[in-house]
Amino acid sequence: MLLNIFNTIPIQYYIMVSAVLFSIGVMGVLFRRNAIIIFMSIELMLNAVNLLLVAFSSYHNDASGQVFVFFVMAVAAAEVAVGLAILVTIFRNVHSVDIDELKNLKW
Amino acid sequence: MVNLLLIILLPLLGFFVNALVGKKLPKSVSGGFASLMIFIPFVISTSYFVGFVNGSQQKLDIDIYNWIAFGDFKITFGLLLDQLSATWLMVVTGIGFLIHLYSISYMHDDEKFHNFFSYLNLFIFFMLLLVLGNNFLITFIGWEGVGLCSYLLIGFWFKNQDYNNAAKKAFVMNRVGDLGFLLGIFFILYYLKTLNFTQLQAVNLELLPHGLIVAITMLLFVGAIGKSAQIPLYTWLPDAMAGPTPVSALIHAATMVTAGIYMLVRANFLFIHAPETMMIVAAIGAATAIFAATVGVLQNDIKKVLAYSTVSQLGLMFLALGVGAFTSGVFHVVTHAFFKACLFLGSGSVIHALHGEQDIRNMGGLKKWMPITFWTFLISSLAISGIFPFSGFFSKDEILASAFEHNKVLWVVASLASLLTAFYMFRLVFLTFTGNFRGIEEQKHHLHESPALITIPLIILAVLAAVGGAMGLPEFLGFHHWLKGFLSPVLATNPHAEAHGLSHSTELMLMGGAFAGAVASIAYAYIKYVKGGALPANDGEESGVGKLVYNKYYIDEIYNALFVKPSLLLSDFGHSVIDNKVVDGIVNFTGKASLIIGSQVRKIQSGYIGFYLLAMVLSMVAIFVYSFMITG
Amino acid sequence: MLLLITLFLPLLFALLTYLSGNRYAKYVALLGGLLAFVGCNLLKQSLVSNQLEPLGYTHDWIANPLIAFSLTVDGLALSLIALTTFLIPLIVFTTYSKTIENAKAFYSLILLMEFGLLGVFMAADGFLYYVFWELALIPIYFIALLWGENRDKAFRNRAIFKFFVYTLAGSLFMLIGFIYLYQYSGSFSIQSLYTLNLSNTEQVVLFWAFFIAFAIKIPVFPFHTWQPDTYKEAPTAGTMLLSGIMLKMGLYSLLRWLLPVLPHGVEFWTPYVIVLATIGVLYGSIIAIKQDDLKKLLAYSSFAHVGLITAGIFTLTREGMQGAIVQMFAHGFNVVGLFYAAEIILQRTGTLSISQLGGIRSVAPKFATVFMIVVLASVALPTTNAFIGEFLLLFASFQYNTWLAVAAGFTIIFSAVYMLRMYQLSMLGETNEKTAGFQDLNWQEMLVFVLIIMGIFQIGLVPSSFLGMMENSIDQILSFSLR
Repeated sequence: MLLNIFNTIPIQYYIMVSAVLFSIGVMGVLFRRNAIIIFMSIELMLNAVNLLLVAFSSYHNDASGQVFVFFVMAVAAAEVAVGLAILVTIFRNVHSVDIDELKNLKW
Repeated sequence: MVNLLLIILLPLLGFFVNALVGKKLPKSVSGGFASLMIFIPFVISTSYFVGFVNGSQQKLDIDIYNWIAFGDFKITFGLLLDQLSATWLMVVTGIGFLIHLYSISYMHDDEKFHNFFSYLNLFIFFMLLLVLGNNFLITFIGWEGVGLCSYLLIGFWFKNQDYNNAAKKAFVMNRVGDLGFLLGIFFILYYLKTLNFTQLQAVNLELLPHGLIVAITMLLFVGAIGKSAQIPLYTWLPDAMAGPTPVSALIHAATMVTAGIYMLVRANFLFIHAPETMMIVAAIGAATAIFAATVGVLQNDIKKVLAYSTVSQLGLMFLALGVGAFTSGVFHVVTHAFFKACLFLGSGSVIHALHGEQDIRNMGGLKKWMPITFWTFLISSLAISGIFPFSGFFSKDEILASAFEHNKVLWVVASLASLLTAFYMFRLVFLTFTGNFRGIEEQKHHLHESPALITIPLIILAVLAAVGGAMGLPEFLGFHHWLKGFLSPVLATNPHAEAHGLSHSTELMLMGGAFAGAVASIAYAYIKYVKGGALPANDGEESGVGKLVYNKYYIDEIYNALFVKPSLLLSDFGHSVIDNKVVDGIVNFTGKASLIIGSQVRKIQSGYIGFYLLAMVLSMVAIFVYSFMITG
Repeated sequence: MLLLITLFLPLLFALLTYLSGNRYAKYVALLGGLLAFVGCNLLKQSLVSNQLEPLGYTHDWIANPLIAFSLTVDGLALSLIALTTFLIPLIVFTTYSKTIENAKAFYSLILLMEFGLLGVFMAADGFLYYVFWELALIPIYFIALLWGENRDKAFRNRAIFKFFVYTLAGSLFMLIGFIYLYQYSGSFSIQSLYTLNLSNTEQVVLFWAFFIAFAIKIPVFPFHTWQPDTYKEAPTAGTMLLSGIMLKMGLYSLLRWLLPVLPHGVEFWTPYVIVLATIGVLYGSIIAIKQDDLKKLLAYSSFAHVGLITAGIFTLTREGMQGAIVQMFAHGFNVVGLFYAAEIILQRTGTLSISQLGGIRSVAPKFATVFMIVVLASVALPTTNAFIGEFLLLFASFQYNTWLAVAAGFTIIFSAVYMLRMYQLSMLGETNEKTAGFQDLNWQEMLVFVLIIMGIFQIGLVPSSFLGMMENSIDQILSFSLR
């Protein structure tokens, strides 16, 4: 039944939605300075890709796309865990998560 | 075959025994064993030699094993015994044995006695390998090996760096010659496909380009120049007198330095096809003969006089080879070995008696104390001066006659050299043995005749020097020239030789002339040094030509300035400028350049995360656009 | 199977050595080295019983890109394996008289290096070969850096760092070369690389990708400037590893991985390489004349010797290759002997400056004798191993060009000059306060020299069995290089 929904909505719509989502994510990453927001934007981008993968998976009747989505979600979860941990540590040290102030990482 | 192997292996055994356990042996055992290891080969050699003389012994050419072999490439380790090598065997083992005996007494007080004998045995081993090798490369082993022993023995008293310098000089100058020899071997191996003497003799050389034969023979001759101390590579030999006197007698007079002559005679089948080379050999020989003789006239060190005399006599031998008189060359090698060994050993006896004094200005009147040394020295001097009927008379006369036949200029030069030889040899005899003793009282007090182990070899050698001429009595006087007949199987017939000989009257006249000249030179020396009581000038008092000659024409200084200094400078320059600045500079510049680039490029790494992200996104967009444009 | 055991024994013992602790490390390391030597002898036997047909072992490793764990041992490889497995225990043994800090790491690094070296000589797959090639570099870097004896630490760090970066940079070109070749062959296996058909232009360019890597390692003029300082700064055991074995990696690779793979490139560049190599011969010899530091002098002399080997290899003649292999083997022995003598002098007198030495012969006659023999071997006196090599190499250059042989032949004069000068200044003359108390060799040191001297004369007097082992390999190399 779920498959039907996908079949009734043309693939182009999915592509457009995910493109929009992805672009929002990119913009968020580029223009926001709060590291947590950047993080969320990255998640947004990942989800855009996930959406697209699922859409194409059903479009092609190929389950491997969905398998990929699971992988992506797993990796994203791990990434959030590590990333947030890093952010927490940074915040403890510099009392800020503003990326413009985190510029010591240079040679 | 076993006997032939024994000839080589026994001296090697002697070397090992003395080198490894010699220190623990009493000196008489150590020296005696070393001498025995030469005496047995001498006995075997004699039996071979006698066999060759009465015709019962055949030429032996044995390959023992494949030395360097792979694919079609094969160089064997083999021995060749024929009349030529048998002659040299006799000289090397015979004189070698006498000098071993002599050394037992002469070196008795030296703490490295056993070392000395191990080196001597090693030398004999390599020398025998040199003359017995059946191909050029085996000869080359011996060739370099005797050079090594010469190095070890010249620098025997290694605490003195001057001696070490002399040793090094000898080795390096020999190596210059060796390079020529080695290149000659390459030519032969590449173009004639074999190094084996017997096989080479069978090659039809007429089919080869003439230039090739000339190149080969010239290169071989370069090798001989180094080993036999000819111009321009002779300066090591006078310096080599730094070694103990028996070494000078054995290596630097009787045997090693004649290796060049041996090699040329061995390769006579090549040389007779290269008249150009023969001409050069003769010219260099004659030039060396006269040049060294003039230097000998003004030397004051008893051994240096003999050294220059050796160089000069070797020049005469090369002259003989150059004019195609191979037999005469060998003849003179043999007689020279007798009288020059005797002279050196005699000088050793004198030096021994005077506790190391070598300057003839501080000698004189030794006849009274050392009669045996005097008489043997006198006989040998007469022989080297070419006085009838001593051995040198016959051998030298043959060379002069051949030179006369070939080229009058060579004859004049060689005759002059002989006159000078007679003069400086008797200058030496008179200054050393006649007149009053000029040394200090202390020395005079200790003057004595040397012990029997020293005098017996002297006597034997003096006898040989006196009668050795019997090997080659002149044919034109109706005698049979024995050595010529003996060596004839070894010598190839010269295609270019003119068949005529000299008329009897001319030969007789030449002989008489040479004899008269020698007598006149001796008489002049007598008048000057015995009647006139003249003494050589002190150091630094020479002037004009005398100074030039006294300083050996400054050849050593010239070589120093031409070769030694520039290579040292080049070495310094190469290291400090080219290597450290230029080559390494470029390498380091590569490193520096990346540092410089890095220090600029790192500015992009500003640390602003926002900038990194923007750069990443823009780059990805660029990549997408690019790939769409390429594929799309 | 024997191949695998011989190859992995050093790795296993590297681990065991590390685990055995500082006290027992040197014994375990020696045992490992000796076992590998036994393995090498067994290899030789099975190679002989196999009529000298190469022994092989292959196991799949990575499917894409196609890389196999593939080993092969023929006569050529065996000669270098023999050299490695003989010298490593010897080098380990030479360090016995010294106390070495952190010995377990030191010895296990030596064995790790042996593993890398054996891998280089055995590998029959380009990628595997490359891995071993780089693996061999890492241990020696640490050995040279951490156990170097010079007190000027900054200078040492710079010299060793330069060596590492220089050789590594060269190797990367080789990696690029392999990747390029892979595009055509679809496999890294040596057979597929030998049978590639590349255009002339490609070969001419690719030649340098490989040659630079080898030329730096060998080293060929003008890529040699890392060498003198590295040899001087490294601990002597490290210098022995570098000069005795490691530079043979470069020469071996010329024979195995360059000539048969890129025949036309080789053909095109041969004249230049031979000229460069000959320049190196003369250049190294001349500079060695005035060196004062013993190890630097030996470094330049070694540089001159390998120049001649390179020239011989590039003549593409049977004599040149035979000579090159013999000389590689001989050079390994001689140079280890010479550096060991240098090490003994350094330990006893505290200096390597030959102008400050002198007179050692009168206090240490045994040492003087064995040192003399090794010196004579390195000036290629007939009946020593180096003579066989130099004779064949010079004969090969003679076949290539007469004048080249004349120029290269000057090495026999110059080597006599610098070696005898070195010997004279350090060993002869009067003793001074530095050398007066010089102890003569003890039995352990004597044993090392005796082994080396036996090797010197074995190859010098009966080289034919050694030469015979190489024939098949050289046939193969020549048939691919002259296609």
